[in-house]
Amino acid sequence: MQMTEPTTRIETNATVRERDPVAPDPSSEVFAVRDLNVYYGDLRAVADVNLDVYERQITAFIGPSGCGKSTVLRCFNRMNDLIDIARVDGSVRYRGIDLYDAAVDPVAVRRRIGMVFQKPNPFPKSIYDNVAYGPRVAGQKGNLDEVVEQSLRNAGLWDEVKDRLDDSALGMSGGQQQRLCIARAIAVNPDVLLMDEPCSALDPIATGRIEELMKEIQNDYTIVIVTHNMQQAARVSDRTAFFTAELDESTGQRRGRLVELDDTGTIFSNPSDERTEAYVTGRFG
Amino acid sequence: MAGTSTTVDLGDLRARRGADVRGQIFLVLLVASVILAFAMVGAVFYDVTLDAWDIISQRFWDFLRMPSSSDPTKAGVAQGIRGSLLIALIVVATFPIGIAGAIYLEEYADDTWSTRLIQVTVRNLAGVPSIVYGLLGLAVFVQSLRGLTGGSSVIAAGLTLAVLVLPVVVITSAEAVRAVPPSLREGAYGLGATQWEVIRTQVVPAALPGILTGTVLAVARALGEAAPLLVIGAAGFYTTGNLDFLEQTQGAFTALPMNIANFARLPAETWRGHAAAASVVLLVLVFIVNLVAIIARARISKKLGR
Ligand SMILES: Nc1ncnc2c1ncn2[C@@H]1O[C@H](COP(=O)(O)OP(=O)(O)OP(=O)(O)O)[C@@H](O)[C@H]1O
Ligand SMILES: [Mg+2]
Repeated sequence: MQMTEPTTRIETNATVRERDPVAPDPSSEVFAVRDLNVYYGDLRAVADVNLDVYERQITAFIGPSGCGKSTVLRCFNRMNDLIDIARVDGSVRYRGIDLYDAAVDPVAVRRRIGMVFQKPNPFPKSIYDNVAYGPRVAGQKGNLDEVVEQSLRNAGLWDEVKDRLDDSALGMSGGQQQRLCIARAIAVNPDVLLMDEPCSALDPIATGRIEELMKEIQNDYTIVIVTHNMQQAARVSDRTAFFTAELDESTGQRRGRLVELDDTGTIFSNPSDERTEAYVTGRFG
Repeated sequence: MAGTSTTVDLGDLRARRGADVRGQIFLVLLVASVILAFAMVGAVFYDVTLDAWDIISQRFWDFLRMPSSSDPTKAGVAQGIRGSLLIALIVVATFPIGIAGAIYLEEYADDTWSTRLIQVTVRNLAGVPSIVYGLLGLAVFVQSLRGLTGGSSVIAAGLTLAVLVLPVVVITSAEAVRAVPPSLREGAYGLGATQWEVIRTQVVPAALPGILTGTVLAVARALGEAAPLLVIGAAGFYTTGNLDFLEQTQGAFTALPMNIANFARLPAETWRGHAAAASVVLLVLVFIVNLVAIIARARISKKLGR
């Protein structure tokens, strides 16, 4: 029970572990993915992925469109459960627990493993209610002012919105909305933040702010980010995974594969696979 | 970026009149259709009001207050108004069933052949002629459930019309639920909301304006139907004793469309304008229902920040 940071605001964080008969190994990686295959109906979108994500690091997923980055990311908090035709094979261990074990409740998983989406998706509610949404569904009663303020501060948004917390979140700029979504995600005090191209709809200034923000909160959270922006991956991440889509000769389908995962510096300056090198130097993809 | 520079002369950029001829024609046709539609509604309204003008100007309040009578100077539509309001009330009370059905179909039911069969059936039911629903009402609500409805009563009429509009309620609600952006659901699920919480806090509020539109159309339709009422035995004309409320819901009843049909059958010399005046009452009632819905819709949308 001791592996999260001591500043736990919400005391209900142990749900996942209590349900699981397997005692977690505290020294293990945050995520350990083994032989992961994801299918959408007949399409094998991701094939044989093995990777580890380490605690309090920013891990970036890069690769050409359609190579399965989002698909892999969405396995980390069981978002793929929401897609009827999606099927996950192999194991995704989160701190030693198999996330796809029948005893694991996906709702409890998502409370620990938050997600920020490509397009800012604030709820059509007030700014305050957006941030308070997660704590409320997690059963927190009473005054959430403190949680809301702290989350907005952590997301670097407090000063901009403190006088209009009751205004609709839909009246904010795109960059503000995305930071609100980050505030909303960290309001439930998750262990991990998954970000799927969080800056792709934002201008360079808003992007810069979110990158700064990631750097600031990286001491508290483990972050996995999908990005098409290689400078971004190079700037913010500790480790980078390069995926690509390969043509499967027998079926004629393109399936996503992990090419390599290494320290970001190595990936960008001295990758071991030539496909990675071609991609990061812009010769392919 | 290349070294060659491109020259543009103003002629290339100048707005050309009549360039998009087809687009202009289309626009004119659109405007014409809108005007035509409004003109037709306006003409009907004008004509009806003109026919009803004698009654409206001389004894409209009386007309609203008085029960049916064989004396043209005394006859009114009080019973019809009460019947129509009760029917509307019963119809509205059954909306939750239709909305719940729509939510189940959209959010819970797996996409199997049986679900699809249900969806197709609901769509087809929406197209079944209303008189057929009248026969259903006669068999089920008037005869089989006589103990509950008291036979040919306003309750039987309300339930029959509720069944009649149910498919419309299900279809429009399902469409509204389907139109809720997936990103909202994902956002809520991503924060650890359960399916029920997502539906309660995101899907239903976002779908509410659309659901409201569907339900208003349903009420308006139920208010205007005469054929099913005829089949299940609504009276065009009856005398009201001093019955208490419960007895009134069990006994003879009528509704505005029946009033209209009845007036229209009477000799025109002495009953000029009665049918038209009753139509005006019905139109105003439908208009009020719409107005309430528009206001409610605006309020919800404002709350949702759109
Ligand atoms: N809901 C879905 N249903 C069916 N196929 C899907 C679905 N989502 C993704 N796929 C398919 O799975 C493959 C991988 O998609 P994915 O979204 O994971 O790629 P990605 O690497 O995130 O691409 P991008 O960079 O464009 O976001 C693609 O071939 C895509 O068509
Ligand atoms: Mg993607």
